[in-house]
Amino acid sequence: MTSGGEALIKALADENVDIIFGYPGGAALHIYDAIYTQNSVQHILVRHEQAATHAADGFARATGKPGVCLVTSGPGATNAITGIATAYMDSIPLIVISGQVANHLIGTDAFQETDMMGISRPIVKHSFLVQKAEDIPIIVKKAFHIATSGRPGPVVIDVPKNLTDPNEKFEYKYPSDLYLRSFALYDEAESNEVKQAVKLLTEAERPVIYAGGGAINSNAAKEIYEFGKLMGCPVTNTLMGLGVYPASDEQFVGMLGMHGTYEANMVMHEADLIMAIGARFDDRITNNPNKFGLQAKKIHIDSDPSSIDKIIDVDLAMTGNAKKVISQINTELKATNFDNKKFADWMNKAKKWRSEHGLNHNMLNQKSESDIILPQQVIQSAYKATDGKAFITSDVGQHQMFAAQYYHFNEPRKWINSGGLGTMGFGLPAAMGVKFAFPDETVACITGEGSIQMCIQELSTCTQYGLPIKIINLNNRALGMVKQWQDMQYGGRYSSILYEDSLPDFVKLAESFGHVGMKVEKLSELEAAMEECFSLKDKLVFLDVYVDPDEHVYPMLKAGGDMSEMFLSKTEKTFK
Amino acid sequence: MNHIALLLENQPGALSRVIGLFSQRGYNIDSLSVAPTQDETLSRLTMTIGDEGADINQILKQLYKLVDVVMVQNLSEADSLTLELAIIKLKKSKTEVESLINPFSLEKEILDDKDNYTVFKVLGNTEVIEELLSSLKEEKFLEVTRSGTLGMTKGDESLATNDQTTISYK
Ligand SMILES: Cc1ncc(C[n+]2csc(CCOP(=O)(O)OP(=O)(O)O)c2C)c(N)n1
Ligand SMILES: [Mg+2]
Repeated sequence: MTSGGEALIKALADENVDIIFGYPGGAALHIYDAIYTQNSVQHILVRHEQAATHAADGFARATGKPGVCLVTSGPGATNAITGIATAYMDSIPLIVISGQVANHLIGTDAFQETDMMGISRPIVKHSFLVQKAEDIPIIVKKAFHIATSGRPGPVVIDVPKNLTDPNEKFEYKYPSDLYLRSFALYDEAESNEVKQAVKLLTEAERPVIYAGGGAINSNAAKEIYEFGKLMGCPVTNTLMGLGVYPASDEQFVGMLGMHGTYEANMVMHEADLIMAIGARFDDRITNNPNKFGLQAKKIHIDSDPSSIDKIIDVDLAMTGNAKKVISQINTELKATNFDNKKFADWMNKAKKWRSEHGLNHNMLNQKSESDIILPQQVIQSAYKATDGKAFITSDVGQHQMFAAQYYHFNEPRKWINSGGLGTMGFGLPAAMGVKFAFPDETVACITGEGSIQMCIQELSTCTQYGLPIKIINLNNRALGMVKQWQDMQYGGRYSSILYEDSLPDFVKLAESFGHVGMKVEKLSELEAAMEECFSLKDKLVFLDVYVDPDEHVYPMLKAGGDMSEMFLSKTEKTFK
Repeated sequence: MNHIALLLENQPGALSRVIGLFSQRGYNIDSLSVAPTQDETLSRLTMTIGDEGADINQILKQLYKLVDVVMVQNLSEADSLTLELAIIKLKKSKTEVESLINPFSLEKEILDDKDNYTVFKVLGNTEVIEELLSSLKEEKFLEVTRSGTLGMTKGDESLATNDQTTISYK
């Protein structure tokens, strides 16, 4: 016989969960007691519930398995909201268990009561309010199924305190089947769709493969690589898709969109066929949707039918699992008599664009008189020191875009950032989740002095659990991305983006938690510091790098323009 | 006008997910009616959505994506019939009311005429009910309650729940 609290933890164990991130409180106390008396599920005590959700999210992104977190009612639940929204926007499987006041108190404005079902409703894939303790196992089972299948997303389970009471026991049995009425999942594409796709692909003159986060979610990297090689055409990844096609491959033209490479945006603009795989044509990609891909036919593979024809109407919709659909297409492509040499000129054109205005990946070697460090150089140095093999989490701002542009991701699930919601504060707790999943791998958080302060309290969690994460702080003494917009669109009127000498001494701050702090201000010292940072294998190192505060992220799409209209530097642009 | 029929799990919060979707995505609902069906685990909804700015296919897809939504049907695209009930009160005698509503092709019934206030019902096409109401606009006293449109397809097409999914684990 088990109590509801025990059943909840048992059900997690039955779903092969071995780690959860959380923070206790009144409504969750019975559950915490159930955690204490078992050892199949380890609980990680964070310092803020937002961090619990981001850590579980980082764990999920790195492993592909659902992340689990546990919070109490009221403020615990509301603190989790930002993390739930972050996971929702990026389609990450997350299970959020929230304590709730006892059943009979719901609706009475009881102490620490908040309507979690209501507050979280627009940012969850689904949610459950448990009504009978005996339902806990089946609800957990449904929650995991819903969170991980089709287009993944967060699921909330709100558990009233009385239903976890240790004195009320029932017989526990984890269900082997579950019934969901009309829960449609899309798997393979229809064979006539596959034929049609291959026809469009082989008849095209200038095709481009545009792959996003959905391709990573469905673990389609191998299939997409094969597809890329069969096609011999340019491949671009979204911010969420980086790594799904290897960045070092010659067909890879880099990230596209707002801060995409010149060549990726030009390829998208000039293409006559856009093959979207698990990407959703969002506004950071298309720029002005009315001017997007006007010369191109479009094929869209997505597991979520509502993503198709939402922003851009497509010629061929293939609802399904990207991994399976691409492998169907590969089979069909191999069976057709088609020579990808046809696309060689087009591929060369992309390479020519790259040679004209591509990113400079050799900035480390350009020694400067002033010894000022450029943020791009920090990323290149981190890439060099980690051999390009680290898991990189990031926050939001210029540093995030520099990391996306200059750290070449050759594998999926190594680049972990909040692309959809753009949540500052995500980087450090997400890195914790990744480090728990892969204790032997190098995990670095590339952040800014603004973002890192949003979840800085987690340095304490890292001390408690001995997490040797590397924090690379691109310190430009400003909310740099906001500053860039104020430079470009508000005549340099810097409204509320400077800290007036109030920044902490990050070295001392890190040291106060028992970590190693290092500060670098000169380019000539950067590489040695970076090497040292990554050589301290069992220490968390906070590397505070003072970078040029005036640097902007380029390319940058012109607001309202098409994808060929870019600012290339402070003085150059592609449009009049 | 688009009429959408929808079967919904009879679960707490299910209706708020449907309604929330509309405000969240900026769609407008003109009318909505909800009631249980012969299967007590399901509610049936009929929704009317105006044409302005609404991409009806996107709405249908978003609705179907909700886990609690079992089935969605666009009645406007099918061979279907729709019907609405309105209860109306006027400060008029029974005979005055009868002559006012006579010209409209609706099913009518006087329900009560206490204190010279007449309560009557009309049943029929939503557009005709709206014509009737606009003809009453100048009345000093007017109270109206409407069911919202109800609808159903004709013939063998129906909003059934035949695709129950069972997911088995090893
Ligand atoms: C929680 C949150 N608040 C506000 C923003 C808006 N925002 C986007 S980038 C940015 C500046 C980030 O500063 P910093 O972390 O120092 O990065 P930098 O751009 O300087 O590299 C802000 C305020 C956000 N994305 N998230
Ligand atoms: Mg900054």
